[in-house]
Amino acid sequence: MTSISDCFKSLRERRNCALIPFITAGDPDLETTAKALQVLDAAGADIIELGVPYSDPLADGPVIQAAATRALQRGTRLNHVLEMVQSVSPTLRSPIILFTYYNPILNRGIQPFLKQIKDAGVAGLVVPDLPLEEAAGLLKPAAEIGIDVTLLVAPTSSAERIEAIARQSQGFIYLVSVTGVTGMRSGIETRVEDLLQQIRQLTDKPIGVGFGISEPEQAQQVKDWGADAVIVGSAFVKRLADGTPQQGVDAINQFCQSLKTAITSNPANNFSAEED
Amino acid sequence: MTLTPLSSNSQPADNQASTQTPDILGRFGQFGGKYVPETLMPALTELEAAYQQYRNDPGFQAELQQLLRDYVGRATPLYFAERLTAHYARPDGTGAQIYLKREDLNHTGAHKINNALAQVLLAKRMNKQRIIAETGAGQHGVATATVCARFGLDCVIYMGVQDMERQSLNVFRMRLMGAEVRPVAAGTGTLKDATSEAIRDWVTNVETTHYILGSVAGPHPYPMIVRDFHAVIGQETRVQAMEKWGGLPDILLACVGGGSNAMGLFHEFVKESSVRLIGVEAAGEGVNTEKHAATLTMGRVGVLHGAMSYLLQDEDGQVIEAHSISAGLDYPGVGPEHSYLKESRRAEYYSVTDSDAVAALQRLAQLEGIIPALETAHAIAYLEFLCPQLSGSPRIVINCSGRGDKDVHTVAKFLENS
Repeated sequence: MTSISDCFKSLRERRNCALIPFITAGDPDLETTAKALQVLDAAGADIIELGVPYSDPLADGPVIQAAATRALQRGTRLNHVLEMVQSVSPTLRSPIILFTYYNPILNRGIQPFLKQIKDAGVAGLVVPDLPLEEAAGLLKPAAEIGIDVTLLVAPTSSAERIEAIARQSQGFIYLVSVTGVTGMRSGIETRVEDLLQQIRQLTDKPIGVGFGISEPEQAQQVKDWGADAVIVGSAFVKRLADGTPQQGVDAINQFCQSLKTAITSNPANNFSAEED
Repeated sequence: MTLTPLSSNSQPADNQASTQTPDILGRFGQFGGKYVPETLMPALTELEAAYQQYRNDPGFQAELQQLLRDYVGRATPLYFAERLTAHYARPDGTGAQIYLKREDLNHTGAHKINNALAQVLLAKRMNKQRIIAETGAGQHGVATATVCARFGLDCVIYMGVQDMERQSLNVFRMRLMGAEVRPVAAGTGTLKDATSEAIRDWVTNVETTHYILGSVAGPHPYPMIVRDFHAVIGQETRVQAMEKWGGLPDILLACVGGGSNAMGLFHEFVKESSVRLIGVEAAGEGVNTEKHAATLTMGRVGVLHGAMSYLLQDEDGQVIEAHSISAGLDYPGVGPEHSYLKESRRAEYYSVTDSDAVAALQRLAQLEGIIPALETAHAIAYLEFLCPQLSGSPRIVINCSGRGDKDVHTVAKFLENS
């Protein structure tokens, strides 16, 4: 299994911006989630973020909230999610990051939780309601067991906080591009460019930008501003949930490819530009 | 009927066990903390700094004290409930002497305005022009709408759709005062879901908005701030007890949902080891059914709405939907300091059912001419179980935290169906 750090290392060597799609486990069902993981892996994803459905997703907007509610109503349990990941992860090129709120981790116990997700083949962890001050108890055991815990930086974070978060964050630094919850938005705030530059001066760790990115043009914009990774969530979750499971999987396949194209520098174009 | 056994140790714990000041991370023992998205961390720091700056500021205190007196109507009376006392008297004439701390006589009809008023004065000093709040029973929403009208601030109240129906009177009051009431349909459409939605609003608008959280719950510094702004309840009680009988109360009794009225009464007396502190939770249809809100009685340690505390949750750590006839107690979490007081055995927590509470509401109405809120009625109901266990004539102070006008439809419906 590739670690998140190694994955970024090889992307950097190829000067590529990573594409990180997000989907909610168990929506519409875990079979479809398994299929979706494989399809995303083949359609250009470099890392895949898998959301564990939670009853009170404070950091999520309406699309991911609704997906989590549907998944829980279908009876999706953490053990089922991890069993599915265990069977699918060996077939994937992309490492899997689990996106989960803190209470399910605390409830299982930090050590047992980490061991179980490691055994299932998970490479990283994002916990949106665990800020730096509360993260110490998770960071150390996760490092020992080999799970990258990626911390989040927000537009409201001070320079001191950004520096401290960048120092502790593993795998990459997750820059939240909006003051707000997850969800699709019409534009990307221009201050993201400044934030990227600011963080870049404080750390050489890769920076992934997420929350609010839903179109190829926005992804390209963020890549052009210097992001090492673009994270797209609600736009995938919504497409996967529309129509039959097969239609959903087909839709995210196409969407993933179009995002990948948008953030990949096109050698053919460069070549023809030089010819001119 | 309470299904909760009495604590084997009803003796107060020693004072060493009582940390009344949370540590730098906002913890009471293991409880509390700041489990929130990074976006909110600077706002919590800003709020804490503003609170530390103004809590003892003479200008802030002068404005607050004057408004508490002239606008809210403080001090509230400590009333000797003579006929309720007689109701529980033993044949030899001894028995609990029952006093009601009349928070129901505050402007807007509940204790909630103590905190809403003080927080709005803080918000003004932080230059926030927009106020948001969550509400369950609507009392905190009404209090917030009231102070926003008084100070000319934009006000958005999040309220679960189920609560909007059962507390429609309060919805109308909020709108009359110019607040926007936003229905929350997620989950069960109750206080938990309204709180989540208020937090999402705050994450989105944090730079212009102050969130007036209405209980001693949520991330630090809210449990401390809300408690301190309600501590006036206990402070007045101490003075009034001294005037009336020259001593301390023996037992303090209050209902606990998030736990703000209970903390407001308890805080002044936590260090007085002779004073028994008793919190009463909502057992709904019974703690052995799936329909209750008895978090401290039946929950396990978890994290909800930014704080570590007791929590009603399933095997996977998913939060369970609570149930209570009282919208203000219908919450699967509880303030972290209550978890701390429970674990350190300084306070005791029990629960009473919906029907216990309705019976107590009727009893107080008929014996004293006071219709309490359904929340408050839970504290009153516990007298049925407490009084037979007492010897002598201890003085009990019950926090009569709110008036029951808002609940008459709910009670009428309950009595029709029972």
